[in-house]
Amino acid sequence: MKTLFEKHPRSKESLLDILHELQDADPKHYLSDEALRAAAEHVGVSIAEVVSTATFYTMYSRRPRGLHTVRLCESPPCHLAGAEKLLEALAQHLGIEVGGTTSDGVITLETSSCLGLCAEAPAMMVDDRVYGKLTKEKALGILAELRRNDGTK
Amino acid sequence: MARSSRAGAGETRIVLENCGRIDPESLKDAVAAGAYKAIGTALGRGTPPAEVTAEVKRSGLRGRGGAGFPTGVKWSFTAPGDVKYIVCNADEGEPGTFKDRLILEGDPHRVLEGVLLAGYAVGASKGYVYIRGEYNLSIRRVQKAIDDARANGYLGHSVLGSTFGFDIEVKKGAGAYVCGDETALIESLEGKRGYPRIKPPYPGSVGLWGKPTVVNNVETLANVPPIVSRGADWFKGFGTEKSPGTKVYTIIGQVRKPGAVEAEMGTSLRTLVEGFGGGVRRGKPFKGALVGGAAGAFVAADALDVAMDFDALKEHSAVLGSGAVLVLDDSTSIVGVLQEILRFFRHETCGQCVPCRLGTTQLTEIIDRIAGGAGSSEDVELLRSVAAMMRDTSLCPLGQSPIVPIASALDRFGDEFAARIGQGAPAGQR
Repeated sequence: MKTLFEKHPRSKESLLDILHELQDADPKHYLSDEALRAAAEHVGVSIAEVVSTATFYTMYSRRPRGLHTVRLCESPPCHLAGAEKLLEALAQHLGIEVGGTTSDGVITLETSSCLGLCAEAPAMMVDDRVYGKLTKEKALGILAELRRNDGTK
Repeated sequence: MARSSRAGAGETRIVLENCGRIDPESLKDAVAAGAYKAIGTALGRGTPPAEVTAEVKRSGLRGRGGAGFPTGVKWSFTAPGDVKYIVCNADEGEPGTFKDRLILEGDPHRVLEGVLLAGYAVGASKGYVYIRGEYNLSIRRVQKAIDDARANGYLGHSVLGSTFGFDIEVKKGAGAYVCGDETALIESLEGKRGYPRIKPPYPGSVGLWGKPTVVNNVETLANVPPIVSRGADWFKGFGTEKSPGTKVYTIIGQVRKPGAVEAEMGTSLRTLVEGFGGGVRRGKPFKGALVGGAAGAFVAADALDVAMDFDALKEHSAVLGSGAVLVLDDSTSIVGVLQEILRFFRHETCGQCVPCRLGTTQLTEIIDRIAGGAGSSEDVELLRSVAAMMRDTSLCPLGQSPIVPIASALDRFGDEFAARIGQGAPAGQR
């Protein structure tokens, strides 16, 4: 964690970057109490201020996530292209609700307000990769691939 | 992003002119295509900064983020001071909009030169490009462009060997539509919750860290280098008298060829939908379009020949906004699309001011009742009055916006709402 902080100035200006990196570095891709305390100490503000920032933005999670985070776009353009049915299919396949993580800890299902992939609707992000023109089969195939690569199934 | 990579027939490209033609990760390619020529010439000739502002003012360039405020005028409003900032607003989150991503991914040096010129014009020495957290490729390419520009003297304490010092930093957002508002974006840059500030004071006098700050959209800044190097008169040769230049429109939804096109301001909706978009999918009739994103207006077929610029759309009780055109065919329910829009606002309200925090939830409850067939005619009027109250009392454009899609949907597609009153949801629609 020390090296993570080194390149960031001890100023609140660095807070969003630091929170992104702490979250990426955590095997559960979330912001733990411990991480927030460390961030507060480095930046030199109260823990309350860090919690205030961390809980505002959709991309930060205060709850542990799975190995991979799937974020389906639910913008109006993606809805027109069938995002709602797709979300139902993914949730049903994974056996979780939006915000939940599969019991094997591999996949967390989230939604996004708009991913900016409107010409390829419906779209989703898996970690930092984007996928468009999804069908149910294509989306489930991507999930299956994630599990294969993790050797869990 | 197949269609946006190269200019299609009938396109007029200014901001996208290099996209798809150069390697966006190569400074050499960018320079060969003219990057940093405008700033180099200004510095080499010792052009007074005020002349750069005057040229941009004379060009009539208006903000491409949605508001359409004259860019040169905004620059000239920057208060005097030793420390000033330029912020490039790349927090593109308006549903249906991805033009800024294409510019950032396709020609990042163009955006950096726009920031540099803005900095030179107003006397700033530091710039930020605030990119939404979901745009990984944009972030990576802009960061590489900054590193390369710095290593080659285009950024740093002495830009191109001159006395002008300027540096740029990328800042990554973390998922909040409201940060597209310039004061919320500034709060976010300062490491805080993205709560919009009360205006005035405007960022031009009290901005980032309390210093005079210019916040401009990506597409706006990408227009600046060609204006400075080719001149205001050249720029005014495109578009309309009051909205000169081009616009990157995104044509999406139920259209044959969805994608982005750069065309002259004032191009008709018909040309965008039927020409560039290839017409409505599966040959279905055009029912209408949502123009300008979630904060935009629904228009019907009678708008097909309206010019797509700031003023003509305003006269038609619509807005250009971000330039997104969501095409709807006759099988689509306007009530259903409005329902999604209102859910979007409910999710994205920041919760700081009461009218927006409570109003966005009330609007979704009302539209859910109407869509579910349990609504009354009072509910339809309530939608409008709650949204009007939010327009009059909310702190920022987010709370002021829902009235636009609501009023336009009710005025132009009122029969669809009336049909839902006291009935179950029609089968097969939503």
